[in-house]
Amino acid sequence: MTRYILTRLLDAVPTMLLVLTLVFLAMRVLPGDPALAALGDGAQPEAIAQFRERFGLNDPLWLQYLHFMRDMLTFDFGASLMSGERVAQLLVSNLGYTVELTIAAVLLGIMGGIPLGVMAALNRNRAPDAGFRVFSLLGYAIPDFYLGAVLLIVFSLSLGWFPISGAGDGFADRMHHLVLPALTLALLKVAFLGRLTRTALLEVLGRDFVRTARAKGARENRVIYRHALRNALLPLSTGLGLSILSTLSGSVAVELVFNRPGLGKLLITAITERDYPIVQAGVVVFAAAVVVVNLLMELVYVIIDPRIRVQ
Amino acid sequence: MANSEAIPLPEAPRLRRLAGEVVAGRPAVIISLATVLVFAVIAILAPWIAPRDPMAQSFIAINAMPSSDYLLGTDQFGRDLLSRLIYGSRNSLIFGLLSPVFAAIAGTFLGVTAGYFGGWIDRVVTRIIDMLLAFPELLLAILVAAALGGGFWNVVAVLTIAFTPGFARVARASTLAVKQEPYIEAAIASGVSTPVIIFRHVVPNISAPIVVLMTLWSASAIRLEATLSFLGIGTQPPAPSWGNIIREGLGNMFATPWPILTGGLAITIVVLAISTIGDAVRDALDPEIK
Repeated sequence: MTRYILTRLLDAVPTMLLVLTLVFLAMRVLPGDPALAALGDGAQPEAIAQFRERFGLNDPLWLQYLHFMRDMLTFDFGASLMSGERVAQLLVSNLGYTVELTIAAVLLGIMGGIPLGVMAALNRNRAPDAGFRVFSLLGYAIPDFYLGAVLLIVFSLSLGWFPISGAGDGFADRMHHLVLPALTLALLKVAFLGRLTRTALLEVLGRDFVRTARAKGARENRVIYRHALRNALLPLSTGLGLSILSTLSGSVAVELVFNRPGLGKLLITAITERDYPIVQAGVVVFAAAVVVVNLLMELVYVIIDPRIRVQ
Repeated sequence: MANSEAIPLPEAPRLRRLAGEVVAGRPAVIISLATVLVFAVIAILAPWIAPRDPMAQSFIAINAMPSSDYLLGTDQFGRDLLSRLIYGSRNSLIFGLLSPVFAAIAGTFLGVTAGYFGGWIDRVVTRIIDMLLAFPELLLAILVAAALGGGFWNVVAVLTIAFTPGFARVARASTLAVKQEPYIEAAIASGVSTPVIIFRHVVPNISAPIVVLMTLWSASAIRLEATLSFLGIGTQPPAPSWGNIIREGLGNMFATPWPILTGGLAITIVVLAISTIGDAVRDALDPEIK
């Protein structure tokens, strides 16, 4: 077990280095001069020269690459061009809001998606299944930022039940601010996880061990939740990893809709304000999150299915 | 996308029968096809059917509610919302059409190269594809857009990059399967040159799953373009797109909810229609999943 975890951790190192290298290439080598991007098309030549000097853009590419890797690996992200604040500080102060939103949305998604998927599978090709199919198609088609905006108009603007913007202070207030954004993101997860549960469960329900469980007189609920669903967990946990990541990327737009602080809002604001150091750091942080979540999911597989360890 | 590898390879002549299977006995698919057709016609005929100039501002009709003058009302600059939606359909559909095609070409090139030649090329390509596939398309698109910025061709590039890894994986898997076929061995044995083998024998035989994915992902591309435009890193204002109509509507929601409501409805309807068609295609290809 420890050995497996260690190899996985070691495996993540080159992946992360590759991710950082791709980020570097995207930011420096792709067309689009960072100096021009930061200063605007009408910038004075002196200002551009100064900017290039300050960020070491005149150095040879390999040296820029080494500096970039050194800075990123030591969490030295520089300072915001707009406010002068340390970027690392900005990231830390915004991280909590995004994590809180992602966790809330994924939990709601699991709580809604798994029971719905079970229901659809048990009523295969009957009304509840058809109803769920329509729901999941809609859940896929409605963009999350649109759903969020509609919820905002109905429940905050018209009914006044929830705040219109911000993330709140203190536990109760924060939860109050969290409801609509989390629901917005959760709906898609319910559709996605429900679909996965349905497929995984249908696959397992026909197997021998389910028939055995029934034959020995286990109650239906026990058959479903103890025997069948447990064996459907592996494909579900893959889906869970995907849903955490898609919630994380969806949070970018949702933070904007609800005018909530968070990493996504920080990144998008930095892009529109052309705040180059924040953009670079934000991209790295989101990319790192993907690597970390995937690593965690691999570890979850081993816990669910010990057979993987041996391979 | 997780099960995209599971799509089996239909032989070319099966495609026509497949089209019949997709439509047969499925009113939802026929309605969806009709819907997509209507939107396509609207996009093509935009200059002739839009009641007004989508960019024309009118300071005497700011935030007007729907009326006989402005069927869906106006925005904070007094621009006619209906005309903006009609012109906005051009952006959405062109991205939904272009980016999956470009991504399919790039992905097929990468996947076939890796699958056919194997060795270190395969290892490098697979490693990068696997890494990129770990990213949700939206996140990948946001990150690339952060580096590239907005504007038409940049958005095309962003969407293309977001979908290329998925096509590459399917193309690689299909190429590996096709490579085992006797006709490839026969071609090699009879001294046919490698490029000819690839273009005459490999590519045509892996084209079916690629085409299916293109249908499925054009819905994703439309939703993605809308999201990017909503975030302000897609289609740049004042040019209308469904995403940035919602973006501007959000800043103006205290005055009028119409831009948000109608813009989002348009995206939802088109995405729903295209993914219904895509699902039907997949069901017809793989009846086991149903």
